[in-house]
Amino acid sequence: MLLHGKRLLHGKKLLITGVLTNSSIAFHVAKLAQEEGAEVVLTSFGRAMKITKTIAKRLPSTPPVIELDVTNKEHVESLAERLGEHVDHIDGVLHSIGFAPQGAFNFLEGSWEDVATAVHTSAYSLKALSVAALPLMSPGGSVVGLTFDAQYAWPLYDWMGVAKAAFESTSRYCARDLGPKGVRVNLVAAGPIRTTAAKSIPGFLEFERIWSDRSPLNWDVDDPTPAAKACVALFSDWFPATTGEIIHVDGGFHAMGQ
Amino acid sequence: MAQSEKEILDGLAEIVNEETGLDTASVELDKSFTDDLDIDSLSMMTIVVNAEEKFGVRIPDDEVKNLKTVRDAVSFIAGAQS
Repeated sequence: MLLHGKRLLHGKKLLITGVLTNSSIAFHVAKLAQEEGAEVVLTSFGRAMKITKTIAKRLPSTPPVIELDVTNKEHVESLAERLGEHVDHIDGVLHSIGFAPQGAFNFLEGSWEDVATAVHTSAYSLKALSVAALPLMSPGGSVVGLTFDAQYAWPLYDWMGVAKAAFESTSRYCARDLGPKGVRVNLVAAGPIRTTAAKSIPGFLEFERIWSDRSPLNWDVDDPTPAAKACVALFSDWFPATTGEIIHVDGGFHAMGQ
Repeated sequence: MAQSEKEILDGLAEIVNEETGLDTASVELDKSFTDDLDIDSLSMMTIVVNAEEKFGVRIPDDEVKNLKTVRDAVSFIAGAQS
C-alpha cells in the first residue's frame, strides 16, 4: 500500500518474535512488514532456532535470527547489544510469545508452577522485551502484542486466559511508563487462528465453532493476514496517538451479545 | 522433479540424522517416528521444515499428524512431488 508515495513501513526497522512456522501470525507480520518496506530481525531460541532460520528463508528477504528466550535473564539483558549488531535502532517490536504447560489448561487442577510459567512467559515477557529493546527504540516507536480477548472465561483456555488478562494489563502499564519516552504499546486481539500454538490447545475446534456462530463478519481460522495487517498498521505512523489500546481483529465477535 | 521412494528415504534419513544424531540406517520405512525413533514434536517440526526445503514440497500442518511412520512421510512426499 502506498500512502503519499511511500510504503506503509518505509525505512522502519522491526524486531519480530514468535516466527516458528509459516502458519505463525508473526511470520505473516514479518512478510507483510517487509513488503511494506520494513527491515526485520527475528528472534527464536533453543531447538526452535533451526526451524526459525529455515522458515526465515521463505520471507521476501531473509532476515537475521537472534536468540531470545524471554524467560532467560541473560538473553534479555544482552538483547540490545546483540540486536545492535544488525540494526542501529529499531522502530517497533512484535511480541508474539505465549506458552503454558498442559497442566495449565485445567483450571481447577492447574498447579502454581504451571500457572507461574504461563504468566512469566506470556505476560511478564512483554515488560521484559519492551524494556530490553528500549535502548535501541526510536521516538515514535511501537510495541505490538498479540492477545486472545481476556475479558471472558473461555472454554478450554483456562490459566492461559488468566495469563492473557495479565498480559493485557501489562500492556497498559507498559503504555503508561513508555509513553513519556515516545513509545506506543498496543495489542491486537485476534480471533482464533490455526497456528502451531493454537493447535497445542486441546479442543481448539470448539473455538472455531463458537466464532462461526457469533462473528458478524466471516472469520477464517486459516487466514492470519487480517491480524498481521493490524499489526503492520500499528507499527506505521498512522496510529501516532494510540497507546494502551486493544484492537479487535476478530470479525466483530467481541461486540456481539450472541 | 519427482524422485524415487529410495531417494526420498535416503534424503529423509539424512535429515533425521542431522536433527537427532540417529544412524541413517535406522531410519527404515516401517519405523514410527515417535515410538521407534523417539522423535518429539519439536524435532518432528524441524524434520518437516527441512524436508519441505529438500524435496520442494509443502507438508501442511494438518498433514503432519498423519505422518506416523517413515513410510507415511515418504509416500506423502512422493505424492506431493508427482
